[in-house]
Amino acid sequence: MGLLAGAAVLCATGVAMAEPTTGRPVFDQVSNMFQPVSVPAAKIRDLALLVLAICGGIFVVVGGLIAYTLIRFRARPGDEHREPPQVYGSSNIEAAWTIVPVIIVVVLFLATARTINELELKEPPESALQVTVVGHRWWWEFQYPEYGIVTANELHVPASTPDAPRPTFLWLESVDVAHSFWVPRLAGKTDVIPNRRNTLWLETAQPGLYLGQCAEYCGTQHAHMLLRVYVHTPEDFARWVEEQKAPEAEVASVAAGRDLFQRTACINCHAASGTVADGTFGPSLSHLMSRETIGAGVAMNTPDNLRAWIRDPQTMKPGVRMPDMKLADHEVDAIVDYLVTLR
Amino acid sequence: MTAIDGSVLPAEAAARTSFWIRAHEWATTVDHKRLGLLYISSGLVFFLIAGLEASAIRAQLAFANNDLIGPNTFNRLMTVHGTTMVFFVGMPIFFGFGNYLIPLMIGARDLAFPRLNAFGYWLFLFGGLLFYFSWIGGDGLYGTGTAPDVGWFAYSPLTSPAFSPGNSTDYWILGIMVAGFGSTATALNFVATILCMRCPGMTLGKMPLFVWMMLVNGFLVLVALTPLTAAQVMLLFDRFLDSHFFDTQAGGSAVLWQHFFWVFGHPEVYILILPAFAVASEVTPVFSRKPIFGYEIMVAATTGIGFISLGVWAHHMFTVGLSGPVNTFFTASTMAIAVPTGIKIFNWLGTMWGGRIRLRMPMLWVCAFLFEFVIAGLTGVMLAVVPFDWQLSDSYFVVAHFHFVLIGGLLYNIFAGIYYWFPKATGKMLSERLGRWHFWVFVAGFNVTFGTMHFQGLLGMPRRIYTYDPGRGWDLLNLITSLGVILQAIGILFFLVNVLWSLRRGEDAGQDPWDAWTLEWSTTSPPPAYNFEKIPVVQSRRPLWDLKHPNDPDWRYE
Repeated sequence: MGLLAGAAVLCATGVAMAEPTTGRPVFDQVSNMFQPVSVPAAKIRDLALLVLAICGGIFVVVGGLIAYTLIRFRARPGDEHREPPQVYGSSNIEAAWTIVPVIIVVVLFLATARTINELELKEPPESALQVTVVGHRWWWEFQYPEYGIVTANELHVPASTPDAPRPTFLWLESVDVAHSFWVPRLAGKTDVIPNRRNTLWLETAQPGLYLGQCAEYCGTQHAHMLLRVYVHTPEDFARWVEEQKAPEAEVASVAAGRDLFQRTACINCHAASGTVADGTFGPSLSHLMSRETIGAGVAMNTPDNLRAWIRDPQTMKPGVRMPDMKLADHEVDAIVDYLVTLR
Repeated sequence: MTAIDGSVLPAEAAARTSFWIRAHEWATTVDHKRLGLLYISSGLVFFLIAGLEASAIRAQLAFANNDLIGPNTFNRLMTVHGTTMVFFVGMPIFFGFGNYLIPLMIGARDLAFPRLNAFGYWLFLFGGLLFYFSWIGGDGLYGTGTAPDVGWFAYSPLTSPAFSPGNSTDYWILGIMVAGFGSTATALNFVATILCMRCPGMTLGKMPLFVWMMLVNGFLVLVALTPLTAAQVMLLFDRFLDSHFFDTQAGGSAVLWQHFFWVFGHPEVYILILPAFAVASEVTPVFSRKPIFGYEIMVAATTGIGFISLGVWAHHMFTVGLSGPVNTFFTASTMAIAVPTGIKIFNWLGTMWGGRIRLRMPMLWVCAFLFEFVIAGLTGVMLAVVPFDWQLSDSYFVVAHFHFVLIGGLLYNIFAGIYYWFPKATGKMLSERLGRWHFWVFVAGFNVTFGTMHFQGLLGMPRRIYTYDPGRGWDLLNLITSLGVILQAIGILFFLVNVLWSLRRGEDAGQDPWDAWTLEWSTTSPPPAYNFEKIPVVQSRRPLWDLKHPNDPDWRYE
């Protein structure tokens, strides 16, 4: 029953199911690992289908055998005082049901070993975009050393085309506890472990937004450490890079907010280009408004949500490291007015 | 075997005793049967508590963005639920079965070290109570208390003082460590008893399979608990003496903890499942009316599993970025362990084949176990396929998989064992009518909950998240999953009612209600403190078959 319902939902994926709720991000996508859009995820899907077919076959045979045995050899009225023939075993039969599983296991093992080998890529290829992913409690930092860009929670990568292959190669690091980077439609997960540099790669030709999230329990807000990966056409990606590299426009009308931002403790944790803020404990706020969500996916990035967030982050994301700064309403408004100019 | 030839064993003195005298007797007992019942009943109490914790978790996850339970409480609940089920439910209940049955099955009067046995039980109980005390004392004495929230495998550096202030993690460490000392004592006791105290004629090759599996299990406990205790001591050093084994901020290794934990943790899975296999290996022959098919192969498969289980731990760590050759090795060893496990399933089937299967309660549970365990085994094989695991690991698929192992494999056999040996321990039969309600409602609920869970995993839902947003394909599945819990809870209620009702009103069992073949059925129900008036002498694996069929005894064929 559960299996049937599950299968039905699995088949129906890709269908948008959610009505937008107030302030929450709208998810229009199901992270179905059987709908891969990237090379490693596709290879995993192919292997998974083989494994599922073999295991499904075994289930039908063994399950059927159990059911048949139960029906065929069930005690019937009148059997109470008769014992069946006492059989102690049979070496031939034992050999048969040892050898057949061994053969199946060997086949599965070889298929697995081949795919492990195909997917292992410890050094980035020449053409790859390299991004350093840093896990924080509870948000993601993305550094693009090639372009000098640092952003958060929303990873932007170029699509790879046959004539200009451009895989993305991720270096995974953590500043605190273990996390795990998982975007099912792009690649399998790899843990993000402090004192260790793991790697992960993906290569996709299909622009779009792909969702994922931290998959290793990392404390209070493990649930709200969401990942959004935007795959752009090469041209769109180049445009995104230029936007991120461009200095922030200094809007005169929000000078009060900018000053207030620089005078409060915001700058201890946050960086913002064009100001003295260079904190690294929290996400960089440079080009904040180019992001669709705030709080690692906890809310859409609208001025109202920003205001609510600054006023009381602990309500929107209980346990988040950002404290309530006890700002007056007009101060919050001034800072939000400033933040929305960071495009 | 005095009892089976018709002579009546002297009934225990039925002197009226007050509650306090009886409580004192139970508290000071060193009788393996009483300690066995204490283990099982304490384990069941912990089971109910951990089940309530799981229900709270599922209530929170029934709807997207639910705020019934906040993140802090949720994380504590899932940590305490997991820890309780593994250390304070699974292990003690089967230690209880071992305690009660090993001496009876090998024709001994008690375990080798009765006082050590009592010591082990009380360590387990106080370990569990210490762990639960964390709800009050976890933050230290200065404020409201908290239970640990680091997950049942407590990955470092989440457990380091920087990320886990207060004492909650210390309760996790010490509660398990204290119970672990008790487990070590009990395992040692089992091994010594089985090796040294078998009755005349019972060679190793004539022991019931239950005893064989408990023997392998005893060795596994001795080997596997050691690295856990060592790692926990190292963690205490980190937390109190500023050492840096796992402290990544000071150059320690997070992966080292994972190796230590799983080098214990995977054998632990077999420590839990081997006794379940042991129950199935006793119930299947008796209710199929045939001897176990391929006794020697079953013993070989059991020892094989024991050895291989020590070499598969890193399949819990396929996503930590180990090298390709390491991952490949652990795929091979993990798949290798599927072979002896498969052999066991086939041998149980071979036992049923050609038999006259009596579908009484114990056998019903074992049959259901066979189905669920085939599923658990196959999802296990899928998880052993490293690239597939990169998708499935730490998702709800894994949660579904190990609940199929631990409920479909373990709990079903606990129920089978309770229905099978309850008449021996109490002299009363459990009701078949209530039993069937218990069975069908629980099995339906289990499959609704955990069958469904596989699909959240395939759709990218990670485990241990306290809430999720709507529209990711998880809403309906999570609701179904949570609804199944209601059925399971009703099933458990039927079980409790059955036990309480049958204790008072149950049909008298007599000493051998199932027409069984091992020595425990040759003495009264419940057995006297000394078990057997005369130490039995056996000639085959089924001594009672020999007695009941003097013209066609087993020892002619073995």
